[in-house]
Amino acid sequence: MVRLLLSHVGKYKKDAILTPVCAALEVLMETLIPFITASLIDLGIERGDMGNVFKYGGLMVVAALFSLAFAIGAGRFSARASTGFAANLRSAMYKKIQTFSFANIDRFSTSGLITRMTTDVTSIQQAFAMSIRMAVRAPLTLIMSLIMSLTINARISLIFLGAMVLLVIAIMLIIPRVSGIFSQVFKRYDALNESVQENVSAIRVVKAYTREEHEKEKFAKASGLLYKFSVKAESLMALAGPIMMFVVNASIILVSWFGAKLVVSKELTTGELTSLFSYCTSILMSLMMLSMVFVMITMSIAAMKRTAEVLREEPAIQNGPSPVTEVPDGSIRFDHVNFAYRADSEEYVLSDIDFSIRSGETVGLIGATGSGKSSLVSLISRLYDVSEGAVYVGGTDVRDYDLDTLRNSVAVVLQKNVLFSGTVLDNLRWGDPQATEEDCRRACRMACADEFIEAMPEGYNARIEQGGTNVSGGQRQRLCIARALLKKPKILILDDSTSAVDTATDAKIKKALRESAPEVTKIIIAQRVASVQEADRVMVLNDGRVDGFDTPENLVKTNEIYRYLVETQSGEEKDFDEALKADHFTDYNMEDGDNE
Amino acid sequence: MSNDRQPRGPRGRAMGPRPKIDHPMQTLGRVLGLMMKHYKFRMILVVVCILVNAMTQLYGILFIRELIDGYIVPLSKAAAPDFSGLAFALVRLGCLYLAGIAASYSQTMLMLRIAQGTLLKLRAAMFDHMETLPLSYFDANSHGDIMSVYTNDVDTLRMLMSNMIPEVIGSTVNIISTLVSMIVLSVPMTALTLVMVVVISFVTMRLGARSAGYFVQNQKNLGDLNGFIEEMTEGQKVVKVFCHEQQSIADFEERNQRLRASANSANGIANILMPINNNLAHLSYVLCAVVGALIAIHGDGTVLTIGTIVSFLTLNRNFTRPISQISSQINNVVMGMAGAQRVFAMIDLPSETDEGTVTLVSVDVAEDGAMTETLRRTGHWAWKETAQDGIVRYVPMRGDVRFHDVDFGYVPEKTVLHDVNLFAKPGQKIAFVGSTGAGKTTITNLINRFYDIADGEILYDGFNVKDIRKNDLRRSMAIVLQETNLFTGTVMDNIRYGRLSATDEECVAAAKLANADGFIRRLPEGYNTMLTGNGSNLSQGQRQLLSIARAAVCEPPVLILDEATSSIDTHTEHLIQQGMDKLMQGRTTFVIAHRLSTVMNADCIMVLEKGVIIERGSHEELLEKKGKYYQLYTGHFAEE
Repeated sequence: MVRLLLSHVGKYKKDAILTPVCAALEVLMETLIPFITASLIDLGIERGDMGNVFKYGGLMVVAALFSLAFAIGAGRFSARASTGFAANLRSAMYKKIQTFSFANIDRFSTSGLITRMTTDVTSIQQAFAMSIRMAVRAPLTLIMSLIMSLTINARISLIFLGAMVLLVIAIMLIIPRVSGIFSQVFKRYDALNESVQENVSAIRVVKAYTREEHEKEKFAKASGLLYKFSVKAESLMALAGPIMMFVVNASIILVSWFGAKLVVSKELTTGELTSLFSYCTSILMSLMMLSMVFVMITMSIAAMKRTAEVLREEPAIQNGPSPVTEVPDGSIRFDHVNFAYRADSEEYVLSDIDFSIRSGETVGLIGATGSGKSSLVSLISRLYDVSEGAVYVGGTDVRDYDLDTLRNSVAVVLQKNVLFSGTVLDNLRWGDPQATEEDCRRACRMACADEFIEAMPEGYNARIEQGGTNVSGGQRQRLCIARALLKKPKILILDDSTSAVDTATDAKIKKALRESAPEVTKIIIAQRVASVQEADRVMVLNDGRVDGFDTPENLVKTNEIYRYLVETQSGEEKDFDEALKADHFTDYNMEDGDNE
Repeated sequence: MSNDRQPRGPRGRAMGPRPKIDHPMQTLGRVLGLMMKHYKFRMILVVVCILVNAMTQLYGILFIRELIDGYIVPLSKAAAPDFSGLAFALVRLGCLYLAGIAASYSQTMLMLRIAQGTLLKLRAAMFDHMETLPLSYFDANSHGDIMSVYTNDVDTLRMLMSNMIPEVIGSTVNIISTLVSMIVLSVPMTALTLVMVVVISFVTMRLGARSAGYFVQNQKNLGDLNGFIEEMTEGQKVVKVFCHEQQSIADFEERNQRLRASANSANGIANILMPINNNLAHLSYVLCAVVGALIAIHGDGTVLTIGTIVSFLTLNRNFTRPISQISSQINNVVMGMAGAQRVFAMIDLPSETDEGTVTLVSVDVAEDGAMTETLRRTGHWAWKETAQDGIVRYVPMRGDVRFHDVDFGYVPEKTVLHDVNLFAKPGQKIAFVGSTGAGKTTITNLINRFYDIADGEILYDGFNVKDIRKNDLRRSMAIVLQETNLFTGTVMDNIRYGRLSATDEECVAAAKLANADGFIRRLPEGYNTMLTGNGSNLSQGQRQLLSIARAAVCEPPVLILDEATSSIDTHTEHLIQQGMDKLMQGRTTFVIAHRLSTVMNADCIMVLEKGVIIERGSHEELLEKKGKYYQLYTGHFAEE
């Protein structure tokens, strides 16, 4: 996993290698300084020899300057390496996601993918910067300081070894417990945030039922739990400081005692004693640093795992060896198709689907929620692959087509309509980047979107907010239809794409499609029988099987489900609102509960 | 949308560019005041601990001088060195160290309790206050922004309280005490150290300012990239359907590289800030050593002993550390205060006003109609009005609602309802019909005083709604909103939300009435199934059935229904329709109607357009009028 991630360091490899080299040299210079200090004190100050004072002082300045230079180098290189690495990782993931099929995207979930590209990468970046700089610095400082103090006096250095063992034991005892409690803290924290979130979005319900007190109690409980665990975790963390202080102070006292004796017996000089004090602190400090690096890296392991998962994922749908790049016509044939979203599912979503549609035909698709309508049409543009059987478009198995060719010929207006931030034109040109404004206007006329676009102050240059939140649901749907039309497809699939459009406009759109694009095969999924009554043929899906496929007139006579739908949806059970939906030009005020 | 959890970590406002603080001292004072309010004694103890800790550390450093000058040098010269004095001194040092450790431990423990405790109280204060805020607050602020106060702002405030305040106090104490001891040891060397400190501070500030600039840029680029990733990933399926992958990668790369460049500059400077400080400190150290040696050698050794020099050099090192610590904290303190300011701003918002005095009470009704108040739930309710002379009057609650010349606007400049007059007799069904934005939801929002009217009056059983205590007013009516909000908890909990005292049997009965019983029983754990994330494990229709059950268990005399229009399959829609119909029986109902059957069954239909009731009457009456309603009605059927 680590190797896979590291392979994305790419051109920043040089920086990634130079960083630890610089860090190592920096440490070398830094640990030399106390050593020179010893000489400065012993040979210079104590003897009153100004020559030596300047000599060793100069040496120290040189060492400090070198150390500074290397430190700056390490800092710069590590910044370049880590930010470059992060950029490469994000880029690799993003490119990978572009190759994902719908099945891959479903597996990860949108928010999962976003977290991976944002929070997770940042956490990996930090861990990486830490590893190439600190993870080299800390142990090296430790070793160098230890070597230096051993050269000065081996016996006193034993004290340091003892102190180190003590500190390591303490750290090992604390860290696992702390990380255990902290995961608890995070859980409570999430729960608390969720409680606020829930409250904010449901504030009308809370106020309507006057449940403020009840909510306060719930919140106080969650908040109290967070308090309890936070205090527990931080109390444990608070032990680290005093333990560290204790070990350092104890070492200083011991060094003072034994050191003084050695100085008196002339086995150690005063200068050496002071440098031992410095080494003592840096040894123990670097040990603490090491434990921090350790914690940091462990914390990022989860992020690394999640990132690697994306990079390793194989796109479920890829081009065949010699893909066909021409779709002759808009005919469709399903040949005994079985389909399940996951290979390990026991039940098929679609079973034994077998039919054909002529090029230019208009077909309605109707059935209850979960009957498999959306699944069926998603097989046509090969958003998913069939489990068994085959789907043919223009007489060729969809798996033999070049994916781009196929999808450019089959326009799908998805149930979940998405617009992107940008102007209306920008959004429309997703269908055809080369489309002129006149092309766009024509498509919008067919989709009955021209009226409201022209009513906007900036017309076709009006800005659409992220997710298209500043246009109504019906307007969004019409824009999406226009966008699909611009692709000049051979097959057009509308997946419940006019649900928020009033019946009159709906009929107008269908009529425009029939007249201006007679050669295009049209598949219309709908909840309402009215939406498919004009179709050449209607397919009734029930529980993943074709229950009937015939002209609407025949179906009323022969198909029970269709007859039931016609009966229940006509007359008074129909939306009264229908006619009202035409009134979309009414300006919007703050009635947020009252839109589509 | 608003229910999406944000698993993307803290970012956004609080992490953004250095914010402007209006009254820094007042804000800081208020934070300290909050901490002092409940933890005065502990706060004093903390300061004492900080002082003790600083003193013992200082003593440790100064001890080196004593060690060298007082023991090592004389002992080296002595013929028979006696180490008992040194042993005694070290024991004394050890004891002081222990005191220092104890002080530092107590300081941390005290501080974390103060900080967490203050947070606990602050969070409660925020939430409790939020619950009293008028709906206009929730309209004007996005949910994300409100959440950010609870997460980002409270978090920076926590850092401010638990880390920065004690750290700044500690550093200040350290700087002062070290400075004093340095002056005592040697004035010229202190002067030299101070010069170097000025240099270090200057360099730090310059670099800090530069890196802050880069970080602001970086934060902006990060937000930009993250926003792009969010938008594109959410629309990934559309990207695929339109074969837009290459363009999308190119757009991404552009932002990605921008972020990389700014992150590189920002981190590059941040990374070298510490080493530069450290090495300048080394330089300061060397200079002091050289000058110290000069003074010692030319000043015959009595002015500056070797012990003094060594001690001073250690002090020198300790002096520069807290200074760079403080300078690195300034940014965080500013961010913490900005967070604090937003938290206080929310707490300071005016609550929903409630000047109502009329209350709703449960009553026993005697045969002669006389009412006596009772704590039991009798199913009979009465309004209790206490006149100024203390006389108590009970008026039976019936559900009679009248609007007289009501004007209303969400903001004073824009009136959305004009001269609305309507009356609903107990048990009547009033349907509102009209296009989006005509003001249907707004009218229902006024009945239970989600918003206050600008002009005119609303009477409820003869009382002005303003005179009825808000909680009692709202308790008397149940509401089924178009957008269903459920709470984390079991299905049973969610139904019981309508009336907390309802028994399990009553909840099940309500579910049966609402036609929700069937699907609930098919859930894996029936009524005990846990719902999370606004009932994300249920379908849209099922959630609506639950919200009807929730209203049913409330058994209200007045009902406000907002029919949903979202596409729900025919079977479930049928169930919802039946459930709503049963719920409406015998109750005064205001319904925002979308279905023809609902409209036709209404006692009175109000046709709204642009905030004005343009037609009213029964279905037949309105058809005869051949007005807007007729137009809508026939327009609908003309399409058949």
